[in-house]
Amino acid sequence: MVLVLALGDLHIPHRAADLPAKFKSMLVPGKIQHVICTGNLCIKEVHDYLKTLCPDLHITRGEYDEETRYPETKTLTIGQFKLGLCHGHQVVPWGDLDSLAMLQRQLDVDILVTGHTHQFTAYKHEAGVVINPGSATGAYSSITYDVNPSFVLMDIDALRVVVYVYELIDGEVKVDKIDFKKTTTQSAN
Amino acid sequence: MTPNGVEDEDKFLASGVAGIQQNAFHMHRALDSNNLKDALKYSAQMLSELRTSRLSPHKYYELYMRAFDELRKLEMFFKEETKRGCSIVELYELVQHAGNILPRLYLLCTVGSVYIKSKEAPAKDILKDLVEMCRGIQHPLRGLFLRSYLSQVSKDKLPDIGSEYEGDADTVVDAVEFVLQNFTEMNKLWVRMQHQGPALEKMKREKERSELRDLVGKNLHVLSQIEGIDLEMYKETVLPRILEQVVNCKDEIAQGYLMDCIIQVFPDEYHLQTLETLLGACPQLQPSVDIKMVLARLMERLSNYAALSTDVLPEFFQVEAFAKLNSAIGKVIEAQENMPIAGVVTLYSSLLTFTLHVHPDRLDYVDQILGACVKKLSGKGKLKDSIATKQIVALLSAPLEKYKDIDTALKLSNYPHVMEHLDDATSKVMANVLVQTILKNKTCISTDEKVEALFELMKGLIRDLDENLHDETKFLCPPFKFDEEDFKEEQNSVSRLIQMLHNDDPEEMLKIICTVKKHIVTGGPKRLPFTVPPLIFNSLKLVRRLQNQDENAPEEETSAIPKKIFQILNQIIEALSSVPVPELALRLYLECAEAANDSDLEPVAYEFFTQAYILYEEEISDSKAQVTAIQLIIGTLQRMHIFGVENRDTLTHKATGYSAKLLKKPDQCKAVYSCAHLFWVDDQDSIKDGERVLLCLKRALRIANAAQQMSNATRGSSGSVLLFIEILNKYLYFYEKGVTQITVASIQSLLELITTEMQSENKTADPAADALLASTLRYIQFQKDKGGAVGEKYDSIKS
Repeated sequence: MVLVLALGDLHIPHRAADLPAKFKSMLVPGKIQHVICTGNLCIKEVHDYLKTLCPDLHITRGEYDEETRYPETKTLTIGQFKLGLCHGHQVVPWGDLDSLAMLQRQLDVDILVTGHTHQFTAYKHEAGVVINPGSATGAYSSITYDVNPSFVLMDIDALRVVVYVYELIDGEVKVDKIDFKKTTTQSAN
Repeated sequence: MTPNGVEDEDKFLASGVAGIQQNAFHMHRALDSNNLKDALKYSAQMLSELRTSRLSPHKYYELYMRAFDELRKLEMFFKEETKRGCSIVELYELVQHAGNILPRLYLLCTVGSVYIKSKEAPAKDILKDLVEMCRGIQHPLRGLFLRSYLSQVSKDKLPDIGSEYEGDADTVVDAVEFVLQNFTEMNKLWVRMQHQGPALEKMKREKERSELRDLVGKNLHVLSQIEGIDLEMYKETVLPRILEQVVNCKDEIAQGYLMDCIIQVFPDEYHLQTLETLLGACPQLQPSVDIKMVLARLMERLSNYAALSTDVLPEFFQVEAFAKLNSAIGKVIEAQENMPIAGVVTLYSSLLTFTLHVHPDRLDYVDQILGACVKKLSGKGKLKDSIATKQIVALLSAPLEKYKDIDTALKLSNYPHVMEHLDDATSKVMANVLVQTILKNKTCISTDEKVEALFELMKGLIRDLDENLHDETKFLCPPFKFDEEDFKEEQNSVSRLIQMLHNDDPEEMLKIICTVKKHIVTGGPKRLPFTVPPLIFNSLKLVRRLQNQDENAPEEETSAIPKKIFQILNQIIEALSSVPVPELALRLYLECAEAANDSDLEPVAYEFFTQAYILYEEEISDSKAQVTAIQLIIGTLQRMHIFGVENRDTLTHKATGYSAKLLKKPDQCKAVYSCAHLFWVDDQDSIKDGERVLLCLKRALRIANAAQQMSNATRGSSGSVLLFIEILNKYLYFYEKGVTQITVASIQSLLELITTEMQSENKTADPAADALLASTLRYIQFQKDKGGAVGEKYDSIKS
């Protein structure tokens, strides 16, 4: 069992002062094996903070990131799953599932994690999964109205991944759970 | 004292110690053989060593301690003697036969102690006798030590309440009387030291005196240990008598020390109830006494007392502690014209701490204190004195720590005036404290007035202050090196702070935005990239709020504010041109354009787009930056629905043009096929132009071709087919969306082209292309398997 924290679009300090305190108290070092961040952190302080949660940190570049050396896309393999990471502003129309599916094919991954829309989504597409963890700070977005802060925790175990979505609604953390199974016939080389 | 003198002194001490040891030896032998007469003779000789005038207090103390230890043994002997039937009264008479007065009095005190213990006479009489007899020694040093000895042997034999020595005739009053008298006499001796000896040795004398001060202070400690002294007695007898001696001795060292002693040894509630008396003594002290230290200590003690429990607060109100302290401080400052400003601020700082503990609800007191401080500081400009500066920071930080909430500090009218006296560097530090307090407590700053006040306070962070005008030269001087990291951190804090400014009322929020804008535009090119974005997004949040709020309201009324906000937004982003940071500005223009789109303001949206395009054309030249900028332009433009045909045409035409002019062919190709999305938008019936979608895709194909040829020419091998497969995916995308111009035939031929290319002999191995083709074919199969309308569509594609 491997826990992967996926989050992004924090937009600190341009659009939010900090992560919600409730999230901060939940995110403690030592529990998470990998952190994947879709980008728009935007400053080094946030990078350093994420690094404290878990040293295995993967970040792609958002259009507001101060650090210009983050890659546009990144792939990594965790257990039996191949994960793809991209901020998402490169994929037009923004947040469009069919277009993201094309990126998923391009990166040749089972799970694609993107951001940019600040809207949590998780779709099963073809045989894979397309996830957007939303904005961890609930930052303003020109795309999504009424953004709630959210992040995603993926529990990857053999061929199964359970996606937990943590969303802060009116000061309360709501958790949702989505289950995905990888069919063995489909192989991502 | 000359080094020689020190050596001499050591010699005198050694000879004194030898004398004591020798006589003690004989005394012991006499004690062992119960020879009282010899014991008294040798003990008197031993004590004669204390008659020396050649030792400094420090060395004399050493000698005294030797004698003291021996006297303990003698006392034990006396006690044994009385048990063996020797009359204590006789003993008391007997020791008085010693020839010299000093040994005689030491022996008398020693026997006196046993006498009291025997209870054969009232303690009060013996104590009175001893304290009177000690007057016989008027030499300051010898007298002080003798009386110190008396104090030492008697302190556990005072007729205190509950003590075994209390009797009908012996009361606590007698105990107090005895200690007070001994104290008074000791203080007189101590003060007299100052006036003896040559004027040249004043420094040395003062040093020696301060070595002796605890002997005098010990008496006050003994007093504080007397159980029987209740508030009434303290108020009526003890304190007035002590103060009388303190004031009358007119000695600077004694006054400073003893005032502090009083404050430290007696209980807090006594101080509170005698505040007037205690403070009343202050102006009567010598001008050179450090009264501010005394007062500061007093306030510190009272503050700690108040902090212990809220139960004690009524006592403070009842005695009007604040008013009394405030007026006492005022008088002291007035009287001591030459008091350094650091002293003044220290006093006010102590009073402020006191007030925050005792009267947390009295903001007016706090402001009053700051006001008094400002009055003293006025005309002094920026403080150069580091101690005073430190005190001011303490003064200004105290209310923040107490109230957490910055709102309170903003209500203090004198707060900014005090801050003006800080030098620029400290002012910046203080500003940072303010900002961090707000962020830590997540305080929302909700009115324009407060925002104005706050930004005024933190101007050190907002703009370069006068001192920094010479930054250029500072860069050259290492000690003042400008620290990039610190600066970033500090400006990021300001950026965060801007998130904390909020009011639900749009009008007020607009005012806040204008105020912040007014301040940040003065920040200069270094700060603008940090301060502009948060203000933009804070404003866009307001625009969004207005949209949500006014969906049902008549349009005329509501569009006034958004329009105004957009004007302001335009001006703020324009300010970035001085930096310049065209990439950031372009992003912000696009954000604004989309917000204007959502507010149904076509001309505004068009204007923002125009600005973004101008930046793209004129300022963004880095090829990588261009790629991202194009992605954002296309992504935003794809979402715009407000534009009429003409405006839309202009903008899409330009965007496609930019795309085709990117530096690298693959970038061109990707951007151009993305542009196809500008002409076919799912939920926009007016944007369904299949022809132009096809044109874009064909154009992308041509670029892909050109890319491949270029690769052939330069590398001798055909380039990747990856771009073709990507375009194939776009074909499939639009085919699936029902763009009739994308035909099965065109997909089929593209597919064939790709397959041929993949099999060609001089093809470079490209796993990415292989993978994408495989997953694309899998996708086609997947769609076929779906069945239904989609499946039907895909069935006609042969793969």
